[in-house]
Amino acid sequence: MTAPVLRVQDLVVNFTSFTGGILQRKERVLRAVNGISFDLNAGETLGIVGETGSGKSTLARAILGLIKANRGRVMWEGEDLTLLGEEELRQKRKEIQIVFQDPVASLNPRMTAGDIISEPLWTFYPHMAPLQVEERTRGMMKVVGLLPNQINRYPHEFSGGQCQRIGIARSLVLNPRLVICDEPVSALDVSIQAQIINLLKDLQQKLGLALIFIAHDLSLVKHISNRIMVMYMGSAMELSQREALYRRPLHPYTHALIKSVPIPDPKLAARARQDSWLAGDMPSPYDPPKGCIFNTRCPYKVSRCQTDVPALRRMEQGDWVACHQAEDLDLSIHLDSASGIN
Amino acid sequence: MSLLEVSDLQVKFDTPEGEVQAVNGLDFSVRRGESLAIVGESGAGKSQAVMAIMGLLAENGSACGKAKFKGQDLMQMSRQELNKIRGCEIAMIFQDPMTSLNPFLTIEKQMAEVITHHQGLRREEARAHAVEMLRAVRIPAPEERVKQYPHEFSGGMRQRVMIAMGLLCEPGLLIADEPTTALDVTVQAQITQLVGELRRKSNMAMILITHDLAVVAEICDRVLVMYAGQLVETGSIEDIFYRPQHPYTQGLLASLPRMDRLSDDELHSIPGNPPNLMNLGGGCHFRERCSKVMDVCKDDPPLQVAQDGRQSRCFIEMTDGEIASTETGDSAELVGSGDCEKESTETVE
Repeated sequence: MTAPVLRVQDLVVNFTSFTGGILQRKERVLRAVNGISFDLNAGETLGIVGETGSGKSTLARAILGLIKANRGRVMWEGEDLTLLGEEELRQKRKEIQIVFQDPVASLNPRMTAGDIISEPLWTFYPHMAPLQVEERTRGMMKVVGLLPNQINRYPHEFSGGQCQRIGIARSLVLNPRLVICDEPVSALDVSIQAQIINLLKDLQQKLGLALIFIAHDLSLVKHISNRIMVMYMGSAMELSQREALYRRPLHPYTHALIKSVPIPDPKLAARARQDSWLAGDMPSPYDPPKGCIFNTRCPYKVSRCQTDVPALRRMEQGDWVACHQAEDLDLSIHLDSASGIN
Repeated sequence: MSLLEVSDLQVKFDTPEGEVQAVNGLDFSVRRGESLAIVGESGAGKSQAVMAIMGLLAENGSACGKAKFKGQDLMQMSRQELNKIRGCEIAMIFQDPMTSLNPFLTIEKQMAEVITHHQGLRREEARAHAVEMLRAVRIPAPEERVKQYPHEFSGGMRQRVMIAMGLLCEPGLLIADEPTTALDVTVQAQITQLVGELRRKSNMAMILITHDLAVVAEICDRVLVMYAGQLVETGSIEDIFYRPQHPYTQGLLASLPRMDRLSDDELHSIPGNPPNLMNLGGGCHFRERCSKVMDVCKDDPPLQVAQDGRQSRCFIEMTDGEIASTETGDSAELVGSGDCEKESTETVE
């Protein structure tokens, strides 16, 4: 097996805020990322899934060094990124890039598409010949499916999907080896979502990129990921191979997430509705539950779950889960169309 | 009998760049107790169609056509008349529950306002009614929660409050504009299930506006698919999901990520982008993205109407159901209601 390009070990990010007046100032600590560890191999796609507030974007930013981690290591080819100085870290960003969620807000409205895509080149290679920069920019536009003659247009002249293509071109122009996509399609229409997912998949195969793909539900990551990590309130609940995760999730939370995705089929939807959904809301992150963090919403909880924190452990088949009862639960999903409709 | 009957609805916006035709000749109806989904991409005109009916268009917008609710034309009503119907007989739920609630007022005040305005109840009665409604949408400890402010509720809970407010006067029609789009999937599932249940209990009609066909499969009876301001296909939920006729509907369905299938196939995508509504021109608006485009598509496609009421605006003949009539694109324009004709000729002059 090849050595992983990225190795995240026990990463912790805390946000501190203050409540009360000047005299009764109280510190509150929110643990946004709570001891996350994973490896990522070259050319692999890891999907990270979780509800709002599960810490997935914070994790992405901590890997890039955009937010400082309070503890833990981010090993990039044997080097710990959390220990690097600002300039050294900046140089590493040639290799690690990010695509943001809102395609329109993440582009400067006063810059043309060409300016936006070529900016990383000017930043990292200030002595590059202008002609060469333009050639590379036009080439990149073609790669992501934009017309090179649109180089002088401004973001408002493009649709949402096209803006996201510009964002992707900007992230790829430096030939990175890892691209982190933070909900890249959740602001786009369904028909356009599929275009962008297929584009990312295609580019990954062509360029041999490693991808971290963040999403808030499990329907899209299925089409792009090799492995999937499910996060809940800052902790990893499960880290499994794609097929295993969708056929037989190990964690009750993963199971609930899969079951909550609506199925675009009236007959199956009626069947699925009979099952119970995940009840309640996420508890306050300032006051997380004792024991298993999911125990307040878990339909399978036993007394132990309220006292002991389950560690993320490796199961026989090689997937990881943080649940005391993983061996005893059978959470297989039986909703394949083939078997669903008789 | 139809509860709401909309015919030849036109919505235009005047913008500095020119006139935008957001909705172009839309006809549809909703029967009592029926749940209709209006589906389409951003800019398809689905929200603006409903906003026009409710008299809630932005200042630069203008609408014409007919929208008969229980026999009365909403489009001809004065503001006072509309105010008696809005929030009472027709309720609306919007996409973002935070921006539709007043952050300065407690939930009780906001809910009581609806009740006192429409039903003239006293304050204590109004509060009791509000608590009862919050309980119906399954908000825990409603007696306590009713005294709280919107920021003290989570996103899903706020949407429940919005639904409770909408249902206070037992409306005959609920219009839900992307009610679950801003919510997490787990919460989305709770809300969809709740809306479906409440609707069945009270036999309330619903118009669900959404871009997500998957949600539609769960709680709707009939689907209307819009593209670039026009109806492109409508039919029962089974027809649309199992026998889609229009290439756009087929493409939309195919591009949905499916949880119930484990294939590794590429996701189907519709190439290109939705057209610019500023200069639509003639012909089929979908032709540049259509996988089955033909030479005739340069002309306005006919609206085919089958006996069972399903419709498809396409040159490709509908494969099942007997076709009752076929309106060509040209004649449909001539049929347009008197007001619209007048208005358009005025602008020409």
